[in-house]
Amino acid sequence: MSRVHDMGGRFGDGPVTPEPQGAPVFAEDWHARALAITLACGALGQWNIDTSRHARERLAPLDYTRFSYYEKWLAGLATLLVEKQVLSAKDLASATDGRDGTGADRAAPHPLAARALKAADVAAALAKGGPADRPSDVAVAFAPGDPVRCRRPGGNRLVAGGHTRLPTYAVGARGWIVRVHGTHVLPDSAAHGLGEAPEPLYAVAFAASDLWSAPEHPGDEVVLDLWQSYLEAV
Amino acid sequence: MPHDHADAPHSLLPPDPALRVKALETLLTQKGLIDPAALDEIIDTYQNRIGPANGARVVARAWHDPGFKAALLADADPVLADLGYYGRQGEHMVVVENTPVQHNMVVCTLCSCYPWPLLGIPPGWYKSDAYRARAVREPRRVLAEFGVTLPADTSVRVWDSTAEVRYLVLPMRPEGSEGMSEEQLAALVSRDSMIGTGLAIAPEVAAS
Repeated sequence: MSRVHDMGGRFGDGPVTPEPQGAPVFAEDWHARALAITLACGALGQWNIDTSRHARERLAPLDYTRFSYYEKWLAGLATLLVEKQVLSAKDLASATDGRDGTGADRAAPHPLAARALKAADVAAALAKGGPADRPSDVAVAFAPGDPVRCRRPGGNRLVAGGHTRLPTYAVGARGWIVRVHGTHVLPDSAAHGLGEAPEPLYAVAFAASDLWSAPEHPGDEVVLDLWQSYLEAV
Repeated sequence: MPHDHADAPHSLLPPDPALRVKALETLLTQKGLIDPAALDEIIDTYQNRIGPANGARVVARAWHDPGFKAALLADADPVLADLGYYGRQGEHMVVVENTPVQHNMVVCTLCSCYPWPLLGIPPGWYKSDAYRARAVREPRRVLAEFGVTLPADTSVRVWDSTAEVRYLVLPMRPEGSEGMSEEQLAALVSRDSMIGTGLAIAPEVAAS
């Protein structure tokens, strides 16, 4: 039931290889371009952050695994552009490395062109960001210190195979509330056009010994941000 | 709703990733959906203007000014907004303080969530499968790969950023930094120390 991106706790990935702290922000020019195109297309307003995360997560596991980071972004973007009918599959198939420039339909103005992000508006768009806190009718059920358990089974309860932010490694685990973040958009709903459904969000701590069969240290903990509907009272 | 594509749209684009980006940029530009000048502006912002120097200034001020530190730890958003550090991927900030008994470390196991306004775009290792998979299960072995060994009586708290809350680690102020100015202190704050995979730089190391 999990997807390939849900890799917390997985074995077999080998060492972390830190690049020097002064390394370039973008290792390749196309990385920078991929990031910028993704942000600029997001400004067209056809999807939200949860939709775009889900577009990357549901890449075929073989593709997700073999793609580098920004290739995943590009693949997710291509999926969204077609699914949201911003572009057609035919458009993508006719896209080349920029040396052709033909195609009669490209001359017609795109209905979303008026929304294209202009250079002069970039600073304001980045500064605005996308806050996720919203007023909610759902009452806050837990307070710091309260014991809770992550529901089991995990997974999206609205859409089979849908987006969720409850990692598999925490499903069914017992923890305790360490912080109440307020009420936030529920990704499980918002990713699928089912409304923002805001509800309380908490930072929940788990003893490493309640998550892992061989914890490194008896005092270690993992904290996750979890929505109220992911939790049950203990 | 979540279609699993056998004929994924990305497979329609050129296989080489650099050409794939170029093809998409050309197509979207021809359609009037993106403005190449806006792309340049986004890139310039994250390449040259927003990066870990912002976070380092915040940490240095917290070390220098107890009132600022208390406000930062209590409710970071208004404090950071006053400094101009807000916006995309930093909408909801929480600062967590390292102490002799607890070391904090941040990961995003599900994707690559990271506090952009304070640290910029995440480094490659932060987005790697190895870091995402292992930081929650064996943080001490991961720290060792960064050259960090913690005392046995220090517990590790790993924050897995699963929501839109972004975490910044407030590293411990290094010994020997008494009397230093805020600007001098900022030079001791490495990017990794604010993710929790590093410690603040000792003054004698920074000076050498």
